[in-house]
Amino acid sequence: MSEHSEHIVSPIVYMVIFFALIAGTTVTVLAAFQNFGQFNIVIALGIATAKATLVVLYFMHARYSPRRTQLVIVCAVFWLAIMLALTLSDYQTRQQHLSRIVPPAALYRA
Amino acid sequence: MHRTGELYGQFQTLEQQKESSTLGMWIFLVTEVLFFGGMFLTYTINRHQYFTAFGIGSNTLDIKLGTINTGVLILSSLTMAMAVWSAQVGKKGLVTGFLIATLALGTVFLGIKVVEYKQKFDHHLIPGHGFDVWYQVDNTKPETEMGKKLLDDEREELHKATLTDPDIQSHAQLYFSLYFAMTGLHALHMIVGAGLLIWLIKLSMRGRFTPQYNTPVEIVGLYWHFVDIVWIYLFPLLYLIDRHR
Amino acid sequence: MSTAPLVPEHELPDTHYLNATYGSGRSIRAWLLTTDHKRIALLYLASVTVFFFIGGIFATMIRIHLLTPGGALVSPETYNKLFTMHGVAMIFFFLIPSIPAILGNFLIPIMIGAKDLAFPKINLLSWYIYLIGGCFVLYSFGTGGLDTGWTFYTPLSSIYSNSAVTPAVIGIFINGFSSILTGLNFIVTIHTMRAPGMTWFRLPLFVWAHYATSLVMILGTPVVAITLLLAGLERMFHLGFFNPSMGGDPILFQHLFWFYSHPAVYIMILPAMGVVSEIIPTFARKPIFGYSFIAASSIAIAVIGFFVWAHHMFVTGESTYAALAFSFLSYLVAIPSAIKVFNWTATLYKGSISWDPPMIYALGFIGLFTIGGLTGLSLACLGLDIHVHDTYFVVAHFHYIMVGGAVMGYVGGLHFWWPKITGRLYPKALSRFAAIVLFIGFNLTFFPQFILGYLGMPRRYHSYPPEFQVLNVLSTAGASILAVGYLLPMLYLFWSMRYGKVAGPNPWPATGLEWKTDSPPPTENFHVTPVVDWEPYDYRNRPDLGLAAGGPLAPAHGDD
Repeated sequence: MSEHSEHIVSPIVYMVIFFALIAGTTVTVLAAFQNFGQFNIVIALGIATAKATLVVLYFMHARYSPRRTQLVIVCAVFWLAIMLALTLSDYQTRQQHLSRIVPPAALYRA
Repeated sequence: MHRTGELYGQFQTLEQQKESSTLGMWIFLVTEVLFFGGMFLTYTINRHQYFTAFGIGSNTLDIKLGTINTGVLILSSLTMAMAVWSAQVGKKGLVTGFLIATLALGTVFLGIKVVEYKQKFDHHLIPGHGFDVWYQVDNTKPETEMGKKLLDDEREELHKATLTDPDIQSHAQLYFSLYFAMTGLHALHMIVGAGLLIWLIKLSMRGRFTPQYNTPVEIVGLYWHFVDIVWIYLFPLLYLIDRHR
Repeated sequence: MSTAPLVPEHELPDTHYLNATYGSGRSIRAWLLTTDHKRIALLYLASVTVFFFIGGIFATMIRIHLLTPGGALVSPETYNKLFTMHGVAMIFFFLIPSIPAILGNFLIPIMIGAKDLAFPKINLLSWYIYLIGGCFVLYSFGTGGLDTGWTFYTPLSSIYSNSAVTPAVIGIFINGFSSILTGLNFIVTIHTMRAPGMTWFRLPLFVWAHYATSLVMILGTPVVAITLLLAGLERMFHLGFFNPSMGGDPILFQHLFWFYSHPAVYIMILPAMGVVSEIIPTFARKPIFGYSFIAASSIAIAVIGFFVWAHHMFVTGESTYAALAFSFLSYLVAIPSAIKVFNWTATLYKGSISWDPPMIYALGFIGLFTIGGLTGLSLACLGLDIHVHDTYFVVAHFHYIMVGGAVMGYVGGLHFWWPKITGRLYPKALSRFAAIVLFIGFNLTFFPQFILGYLGMPRRYHSYPPEFQVLNVLSTAGASILAVGYLLPMLYLFWSMRYGKVAGPNPWPATGLEWKTDSPPPTENFHVTPVVDWEPYDYRNRPDLGLAAGGPLAPAHGDD
C-alpha cells in the first residue's frame, strides 16, 4: 500500500495552464463566429476537451497520480462513451425518425 | 471508532487515510461524470433533431456574460489549485487567502448566473405556459438605430427559422428546458462547492492544514475543478451553437 | 436437539459488537448513530425486511386477484397500482440493497481483515438516505399509489398518470445516492483497507462479486438518477424532454432508464453469485474450482452488462440494426455466467458434500439461475423476443433470476453467516425443510408462468381468457407455498437470536477470514490485525479446521 511521495506542482505550471485555458476560451469564442459548417461543433468540442484535459492533468494532478487514479479517469470516459455511442447507434441507424412525427395536439394535456 | 489526532480509527496510517479519501473523491467524480452524462446525451439527441430551434435559443444568451463567467470560473480553479499548493508547502496564511478568493470568484459566477436567469425571465424564455420566443422581438422598444437593426435581424432570423421548423415554440422550449436543467444543476454543484469552501476556510483559519495533513483541501479541490470542467463543456454547447449566422 | 455434542459447547464472547457500549450505552441512540458497519448492516436488515414485506403483500394481492379470469380482488386501476408498487418496493428497496447493504456491509471489512469500511460515516449516511427515499416512496404508495409500472415510462409517467408519481420519483432519486455511496465505500475499502498479505487473488470471491457490483452501482445509478430527475421535472413543470407532443423523445427515456436498469439486474445477481461461491466450497469441502475464472467473470458480467440494455426495447421502434447489435451483445453475458455455473459444478464434483441448510439454498440457486439464464438467452434472441415480449414468459424469466437467483442467494447467505452475525445457530432440520418448501413453492409459482407467456398471456393485465385459469391457479397455489418458505426462516431466525444454540467462531467450518474471529465479532472485528498467509478456500490443507485432506470428515458440531 505504498504511496508515491507527494508531487508538488509548481505555481508557474499552474499559471501557464491558466493562461492556456483563457486562450482556449478566447479561441473557442472567436471560432464560433466563423462559419466552418459542420466543423464548428468539432472545433468547439475539441477545444473544450483540450481544456478539460489540461485541468485534469495539472490542476487535478492526474499526471502525477498513481496508475489507479488514472484508471479511474479512463473508466469514467469509457463508460460515458458507451452510453453516448450505443444510444447514438440507435438514432443514427433508424429507418425513419419516428419522433419527428408530431402527434395530434389533442394528445397533449396541458 | 476512535480518532487519534487527524487519523480516524478505521485506518492504520495517515497515508492509507489520504489514499482512501482521494480515491473516494475520484470515484465520486466518476458518478458525477455519468450523472451529467445523461443530460449531455439528452442534449445531443435533441440538438441533432432541432438544430434550428437550438440555434435560436442559444443566440438569445448573453455571450459576454457567458465568456466572463467562463473566465471567472477558470480563475477560481487557479486559486483553488494555489490553495492546495500553499497547503502542501505549509504557507498557512496563503491557504486561507486563496480559499477565500476561490469562494469569492464562485460567488461572482453565481451572481452573474442570476443576472442571466433574470434576463430569461424578463424575456419570457422560462419553459412553461408563458414561454414565447417571439416575446422579446415583439415587445422591445429599441432606442437607437443600431438596436433597431439588431431587432430586425432577430425578427428576420425567427421568421426564417419558423419556415424550417414550424413548431419552433416547442423546440426552443426544449432548448431552454435543457439550458435551465444543465446550468441549474451546475449551479447547484457550485453552491455545494461554496459550502465546502466555507468549511475549509473555517478549518484553515484554525491553522489545521499542514504539509502532512491537507487532504480536505485537495479533495475539495478535485471537486471544484470537476465543476469547472462541466462548465468548460456547457459553455460552447449552450452559448455557441449557432453564433456565425 | 442432540444431547451429546461431539465438540465442546461454545460460549458467546463477553463483549462483541452487539453489546459493546459506544459512550451512550446500549440505548437506541447508540444504534441510530453507530458507524460500526456490522450494526449498520443490521439496520439495513430491519428496514429492507420491511420493504420485502410490503412488496410481498402486493405480490400476494396480485396472485389472489389472478385466481379468476375476470379478476377476483381489485379494480383494474388498483391492479395497475399493485404490480407497480410490487416492482418498485422489491427492486429499488429490497433487491438492490439486500445482499450488498446487509451481508456485504457486514462481511467485506471482516473478510479483508479491516476494522471497518473506509468511510463509516458515509456508510451510516447511506442508510439514512435509503430511509428518506423509502419514506417518499411509502408516501406515494399511501397517497394515490403508483400505476406507471416500475419502469416509469414517459409520457405515461410524466403526463397521463393520475397517481402519485412525483413523490415516488423523488424517493427513488434519493435512494439512488444510497446505492452510489455504498458502492463507492466498497470500492475504496477493497482497494485500500486490505490486511497485510491479503492480495487481490486471496480475496474471497464474495468480495470480488461485490467489487463488480459496486462498479455497476457507481457507473449506472447516476444515470437513472438524472433520468428520473428529468422525468420528474417534466411532470412538475410540464417540460418536454421525453414528451413527443413537445418534440421530446420517449425512446430516449428508455435508453437512459435501461442503461442503468439492465445493469441493475447484475447489482442483484452478482452478490448472490458471490454468496454461492462461498457456500459451495465450504460444504463440498474442496477448494473452489477455477478461482481466477470466477473472479474475472464477475468483472466481465459487470462490464458486458453495460453493452446490452437496448434488448429491453426491441419492440419500441428503435433501429433494427441497433437491435441486432444489442441482441448479439446480449448473448455475450451468457459466457461469464456459464463460466460460474460450470465452476461451481466442478467444485461439487467428487466433493464430500454436507447437506447443511445454506448448501441447499446454494444448490437451489444454481438450478434456478440456470433456468432463468437460459430463458434469458431466448429473450435476447431478437425474433423470439418479439413473439414473447411483454408476456408472462418475461415475468417468469426475471423472477427466476431475481427471486430464484438473488433472493435464494440472499436467504442462503443469511443462513450461512447468521451464526457469525448473531453468534447463534438456528434449528437445522426446520431450516432444511424451509429451503425445500421455498424451492418447491418457487417453481410451482413461476414455472406455469413460462407456459402462460408462451401461450400468449400478456403481463400487466388485470384479466385473462378463461383457458389460462388452470395455470394461473397453479401459480397462485405455488405462491402460498412460497410465502410459507419465506415466513419460516423469518420466524426461526428471529427465534434463534435469543434461544439458538451458541455457534462458536467457525461452526461449518469454513476457511475465510471472517471465521477466524469471534461470533459475534468484536467492534474492531479482530483482536489483533490479521496477517494472511494462506490461499483462499484451501480446504485440503487446513488441519486446524478438523478436515483431514481427502479423508472422512470429522463432524464439526452436534446435529440438531
